Parts: sequence; structure tokens; C-alpha cells
Amino acid sequence: MSNVGIVIVSHSPLVAEGTADMVRQMVGDEVPLAWCGGNGHGGLGTNVEAIMGAIDKAWSEAGVAILVDLGGAETNSEMAVEMIGEPRSHKIIVCNAPIVEGAVMAATEASGGASLREVAATAHELSPS
Amino acid sequence: MLQLSNERSFDTAGGMETGNAGDMAALNLARLIAAAADTIAAHAEELTALDQAIGDGDHGLNMKRGFEAVRAEAEAFSAKPLHDALKAIGTKLVMTVGGASGPLFGTLFLALGKEISAAPDRANLTAAFGKAIEAVAARGKSQVGQKTMLDVLQPVHDALLQGKTAPEIAGIADAAAEATVPMKALRGRASFLGDRSIGHMDAGARSTALLVRTIVETLEGQP
Repeated sequence: MSNVGIVIVSHSPLVAEGTADMVRQMVGDEVPLAWCGGNGHGGLGTNVEAIMGAIDKAWSEAGVAILVDLGGAETNSEMAVEMIGEPRSHKIIVCNAPIVEGAVMAATEASGGASLREVAATAHELSPS
Repeated sequence: MLQLSNERSFDTAGGMETGNAGDMAALNLARLIAAAADTIAAHAEELTALDQAIGDGDHGLNMKRGFEAVRAEAEAFSAKPLHDALKAIGTKLVMTVGGASGPLFGTLFLALGKEISAAPDRANLTAAFGKAIEAVAARGKSQVGQKTMLDVLQPVHDALLQGKTAPEIAGIADAAAEATVPMKALRGRASFLGDRSIGHMDAGARSTALLVRTIVETLEGQP
């Protein structure tokens, strides 16, 4: 698929999966989509290995936009991007946006064939300041 | 490996002259890993209690899991050149510690591995440590004074620059962790508490100080 992919990273697998459900229902299947959540040991948290896996799953040559919830999700997502390394890391953006609204809006933009930069900008517009 | 003990502090250990530097490095790095893992295991409950006060209460367990994972591969890591070994330790911590501590402590070791020379002297180690602190600050989008591990790392770097001895550096690290008590958290989960974060020591600052003390004491104790 040539549309930008969307990855949802929450501390809670339920939040991540629920957000992905909303994206699927509201935007459809035209966008590569993956989610992850939880610390890998049954608790709340985020996990670099799982994020790298989700990026692989939603990978598109057009790039991948990641939507995160609280601070650790952002830190871990940026770590995952760094560990994936070049050249793919240049095609991944961790968005500064509320996770649910950001994921839906980013996916909507992506489904119309927008570039990674446009998709990320759409998500960023939802964020105050 | 490195020594802190005298004016030639941070010279490579004597193994270099006898032609088996690789063996010496392997032996000493393995000992360093074991000492660090022992320290974290011994203080896991204390770290968790600190984190329960103002964080999400998993720091002790997370750090213990990470350092035990590093210990499990200590032999393989020690067989690598120092910079590769540090990168391998960093990667392992990223993958196993979890939380936000995994990327932060992992980045510290990854960046150290990137900057350190094969046989570091004190100047190289200090410079590499400085770069590693910058990498941690960038990863956490944080700076000194925000009640984080940086509040221990930076004074330790200053102490290295000033030529302080190993016991002095360990004491400076402890005092720096203690100095996070009256600070207001501006990063991480604790920052949600605002003023209520005041009066508690930052768990990451404490674990950093514990590791600094363990590392300098272990290096000091090496032949």
C-alpha cells in the first residue's frame, strides 16, 4: 500500500486497540495500521520492541506516523525509531497530538494519499501551541 | 578497563603491558556488570518505594529486570571491544528495562559506546560521558534542575572534569541524588504531581547515584 501508515502506541493495550478500532471504522482499510500497548509483562507501559514490531507491521514506503499517549510512549517511540535506524528512520514521525483524535485525523489524511509531512501536520494541528 | 585510583587514573589497566589487554578488559567489565547488577538488585525495593511516592512504582523492578538481563550476557558482552560492549549493554537495557527508564539508561550506554575510545584515558572518558549526558537530555527532552537522573549525571561529569577522586565522585553522586528531594519535578510521570513532587527523592537520580558509586568503587578496587 502506498498510503502513509499509522502506528498507535498507548500505555494501555485496551486504549491502543480501541483507538485502532475507531480508525478502522471511521477511515477504513486504505491505511496500513498497527497498534501496541502495555509493558510486555502484563502491566501498563510501552515497550520499544513492540513499537518496532508495530512500525514493521504498518510499514509503507510513504512513511509511518506514530501517535502516542503519555510521555514514556513518546520517549520509547523515539528510541524505537532510532533503533530502526537509517534510512527508514527518516520516514517515521512521532506526532505531537492527542492519541485518539490524532490517529483518526492522521489516518483520514493518509487515506487520501497525503505525504508523511502532511499527515503529521494534520495531527499536530490538534495540539495546543 | 579504567582505573580511578591515582594520577594515572583512567589509564588502561596493567594488562596492556603484559600483552593480554583483551583478557583484562573482559575480566573487569564482567566484574563491573556483576557489581552493578548486585547493587540494583539489593536496592530494588528502595527504588520502587521512591517511585511509588511520585511515579508509577515500577522503577526498582524494571531496573532489576534490565540489569539481570545484562548480567545474563556479561560474558558475551565482555568479549567485545569496549565501545561495542557498551552499545550492547545499552541496547539490552532499552529492550528489557521498559518504562521511560529503558530508553534513558539505554541511551546513556549507547552514547558512551559511540564516543569512547578503545583504551580511554580520563580525558576521553570525561568527554564521552559529557556527550552521553547530552544524549540522555535530548532523549528525555529534559535539562538539569528538573528532578531527573540528569541532576546526578551532570555533577558527576563536573567532578570528572575537576579531577576528583573515586570516593569524592561517589559522595558527589549521593549528595546530588539527595539534592533532588526539594526539587519540583518538571519531566516524567512525577511532573503531573506538580508541587506534590517536592519532598521526595527522584528514583532515577537515586539509581544513577547507586550505579556511579558502584562503578567508581569497583574500578578503584581493581588491580
